[in-house]
Amino acid sequence: MAELLDEVELVGEDSQKDKFLTFSLGKEFYGVEIRHVMEIIGIQPITEVPELPPYIKGIINLRGKIIPVMDVRLRFRKEPHEYNDRTCIIVIDVKDISIGLIVDAVSDVLDISSQDIVPPPEINANNNNKYIKGIGKVGSGVKLLLDCEKLINDEDAQTLINIQ
Amino acid sequence: MLEMYKFETNQLLEQMEQVVINSEKSNCCSQEAINEIFRIMHTIKGSSAMMLFNGISTLAHSIEDLFFYLREYKPENVDYMKLSDLVLSCTDFIKEELSKIERGVEPDGNPDESVNIIKAYLTELKGDGGGNAIQENTDEKKDEGKKQKYFITRSLSDNSEKTLYKAVIYFEEGCEMENIRAFTVMHSLKNIAQDIMCEPEDVIENEESTRFIRENGFKMQFYSDKTYEEIENILNETIFLKKLELEVVDNNDTANVNKKKPVIDLESDRSITPEAVRTEKEKEKEQANKTLLHNFISEAMVTSNPDLKGLSLDNFNKAASQLKKITGELQDIVMSIRMVPLSATFQKMHRIVRDMCKKLDKDVELEILGETTEVDKNIIENISDPLMHLIRNSLDHGIETKEERIKNGKSQKGKITLEARNEGGEVIIIVKDDGRGLNKEKILQKALDHGLIQDINREIPDREIFSMIFLPGFSTKENVTEFSGRGVGMDVVSNNIEKIGGVVNVDSIAGEGTTMTIRIPLTLAIIDGMNIRVSNSTYTIPITSIKESFRAKEEDLITDPDGNEMIMVRGDCYPIIRIHKLFNIKDSITNISEGITIMVESEMNTVCLFADELLGEQQVVVKALPQYIKKVKGIAGCTLLGEGTISLILDIAALVKMK
Repeated sequence: MAELLDEVELVGEDSQKDKFLTFSLGKEFYGVEIRHVMEIIGIQPITEVPELPPYIKGIINLRGKIIPVMDVRLRFRKEPHEYNDRTCIIVIDVKDISIGLIVDAVSDVLDISSQDIVPPPEINANNNNKYIKGIGKVGSGVKLLLDCEKLINDEDAQTLINIQ
Repeated sequence: MLEMYKFETNQLLEQMEQVVINSEKSNCCSQEAINEIFRIMHTIKGSSAMMLFNGISTLAHSIEDLFFYLREYKPENVDYMKLSDLVLSCTDFIKEELSKIERGVEPDGNPDESVNIIKAYLTELKGDGGGNAIQENTDEKKDEGKKQKYFITRSLSDNSEKTLYKAVIYFEEGCEMENIRAFTVMHSLKNIAQDIMCEPEDVIENEESTRFIRENGFKMQFYSDKTYEEIENILNETIFLKKLELEVVDNNDTANVNKKKPVIDLESDRSITPEAVRTEKEKEKEQANKTLLHNFISEAMVTSNPDLKGLSLDNFNKAASQLKKITGELQDIVMSIRMVPLSATFQKMHRIVRDMCKKLDKDVELEILGETTEVDKNIIENISDPLMHLIRNSLDHGIETKEERIKNGKSQKGKITLEARNEGGEVIIIVKDDGRGLNKEKILQKALDHGLIQDINREIPDREIFSMIFLPGFSTKENVTEFSGRGVGMDVVSNNIEKIGGVVNVDSIAGEGTTMTIRIPLTLAIIDGMNIRVSNSTYTIPITSIKESFRAKEEDLITDPDGNEMIMVRGDCYPIIRIHKLFNIKDSITNISEGITIMVESEMNTVCLFADELLGEQQVVVKALPQYIKKVKGIAGCTLLGEGTISLILDIAALVKMK
């Protein structure tokens, strides 16, 4: 029985491995590891909280739980985009911190095996690419794979804390 | 099981500490106190032995011996100071061991030192206690032997009509804890048999006994007036019994079982503490509280549902207000369950004062007022440390040495008052000493050295100066002592108090003493709030801090050259904080006569907030902001409104300080 359970667990873990939830921001496609993703919800009324960086849009009420939401467009210094019915909030959970990511649209869950993932180019490594963990090749296109931990735990956030 | 043990032992130790300190104060040990300590130690000994914490049980055993002697022989020349020291050091040892157990470390402390001290003390007592004590009680074994007369009357003369039985009990292999099972057997015979003797003798204390019973069976010998069959029936009821050998022995037969020591006392079942039941209850309460909060939100969701807006539903409103009343009552009841009196926390301070007085050679009396004041459970958890620091501080820095006190015309005995009371929606806890007071100049100088203030000549209100002592690393004490002076304690105090939404104030008069006042909101979970709207955002202000709200007139407004706005109200001038400016909110009302001005007060300071409109009063359930956002200045938390939107709760104390 125990063995069986172990097996099930293994399969459960396996089924999450190499799977990425992809979403679009303008023309680019991004992917986040499926194990971080808690759920996907439509855009909700957001309560603004003062004194936060512009990319943190505020907080939302997710069935009684209050979580912050981040506009990924603003996070990546892209032009802001009007929210519409395609706009989604991906709720991710990283190291027990829940946060919602506002994205243009959610597309697919894809299998990208590790041999199809290449490290990001070094050119701008210290700049904008720091949130990209790797680049996944899928068919003829590429998906930029996000490093969720860096996304929510970077220096920006640190300085933010220090100011206060 | 372990949880239970830890909880119970801690409870007992606290109880015992109190008894000891009280006895020391009155400089005598009443019979009750001795009995109580004896009982507590006995329980701890038993349960520790059962949990195989031998260090604790050995120590408890030796204290038990000591108190046994005190109880039996009532020696007159007892040095209670020394006795208390001894017992308290032992409780400290046990506490230390317990904390090790709590951390999951093996409790490996060696009690030998303390045991030896106790033994030495016991011998000393006996030496003083006169001849008869020495005679009968030179060794511990006999001590125990004496004890039996308490529990089972040894009446050999009566035994002539009774039959002497000899029984050997074998337990099934692998049933474990043979010694405890054996003990249970003896217990079951307690009422029908006299003079029970057994082999091995020390069933519970000695670990070896388990092995012995396993190999040789448990041998018993006792007198009883019951028939052979009756005895056999009783013994056959033993759980895990494998084989029973029961025989009638001739009265004159020499017993081959050691006669010296009959059974250890069978009284231990007396010491079940009522407190042990409490942990379970506490959990239930916690659960109930959560449910309550949920119900509460649900109710708010129903009564202020946006679908109902603008409809006139008389009957519904009536029913809804009835429901509101019921939930309100329910809420009050549940909240009152959550309330716990402060007495346990306060009583702990006696020990601290006592220990420090000894070490610092000061004479200080701790007066406790209003210890029955009840506060929320989580406040109790957070208040203990700060109180300890404050008391230590008062004792170490505040109260002068005996000589100094006499020189200053004060009584030799210092006094610290610990007081608690309810006031409005707050609990006020005051720690007051009659010591030398804070040295304003020293604090100012220190603040200057640390670059906290630039100009020493600037007028700074006393209160502000005194509150500087709460800054981290701020200690005016030149030398660090064991108790204080590192400049950490006060920081801990203010941090912990802030965590539960309270504030600390310091008042001091040089030469007369210092008063620390802690104000804590009664409960943290639910507050009465006033919802206000600024543009599209909703904010909540705790109703207790609102003084009044009014529509200001343009002509009352005063603007200083820096652009700061102020308003004259009944001859007093208050600064205005425009929430839309503070939080950068667009599309809000900017004309002061179109919006609403709310006067709020915190810690004697008053400001006026400017918002678009008042939405109404509502009880709200306070939620913390998500961790990721950390702390935002001016926001104390957030809450869910009836329709599911979020409202931010304004931190009035912080807003007032901003100005």
